[in-house]
Amino acid sequence: MKLSEIVTELGAEVKCCAESLQREVKWCYCSDLLSDVMANAEKDSIWITLQTHPNTIAVASLINLSAILISRGASPDNETVEKAIRENIPVLTTNLPTFEAAGILYKMLSK
Amino acid sequence: MDKKGPKEQLTTSKDINLQYAIKGLDLLAAGEASSNIKHTLQLIGFSPAIIRKAAIAAYEAEMNIVIHGRQGFLKAVINPKRIELIAEDTGPGIHDIDLAMTEGYSTAPDYIREMGFGAGMGLPNIKNCADELTIDSSVGKGTILRIIINNY
Repeated sequence: MKLSEIVTELGAEVKCCAESLQREVKWCYCSDLLSDVMANAEKDSIWITLQTHPNTIAVASLINLSAILISRGASPDNETVEKAIRENIPVLTTNLPTFEAAGILYKMLSK
Repeated sequence: MDKKGPKEQLTTSKDINLQYAIKGLDLLAAGEASSNIKHTLQLIGFSPAIIRKAAIAAYEAEMNIVIHGRQGFLKAVINPKRIELIAEDTGPGIHDIDLAMTEGYSTAPDYIREMGFGAGMGLPNIKNCADELTIDSSVGKGTILRIIINNY
């Protein structure tokens, strides 16, 4: 599924890398623990988290995640957006809590 | 701690050697060394599965230096047969290596944990990605991790 479809369905705000919304999203992983994401998120997944600091970008980039979705109305730090642009990792935000965002994505991605 | 293991003798002039200085608690730069190692492995043309293992092991080792070590180095010795990662720090050392290898055990401070680090998964993650892992640690002096990922 295209990342752009997810952005539309969630009504998510795109914080950066809007030019990369055509990339494929295959699955989703929800966690606020970075090592857990490193170990268990599959590549080309979108990662839902409440973490907003720039180390999330390093993690996403190292294991080839498609995008990061920050849930429950939180915003990425400025350094996070700067790093995301450098690493070409789209960062999205939504007011939905993680469970609700993940529920919508589960329906979309498990089809 | 400075003793060279027998593995050292396997390195040849064809190896690619990378070395990065890592600063303790520099959370903004954290991950850059691992990212550079990953990009190098991609340029060489290792398979995605091997690159993923190396990237995870390198990142966890790098973060351990950032979180616990005062300063240190992350080194990579790369040849077509294997990737060797060496993480050396002058941090507090590990009192009980078996305990440190237990998933969930962490000595990271609270503010680090609030950032989603220090879940006690770093060393177990490295072990899962490594074909060989040796930990040489002296309390009060530092720690050397040696990680080998075979390319097959």
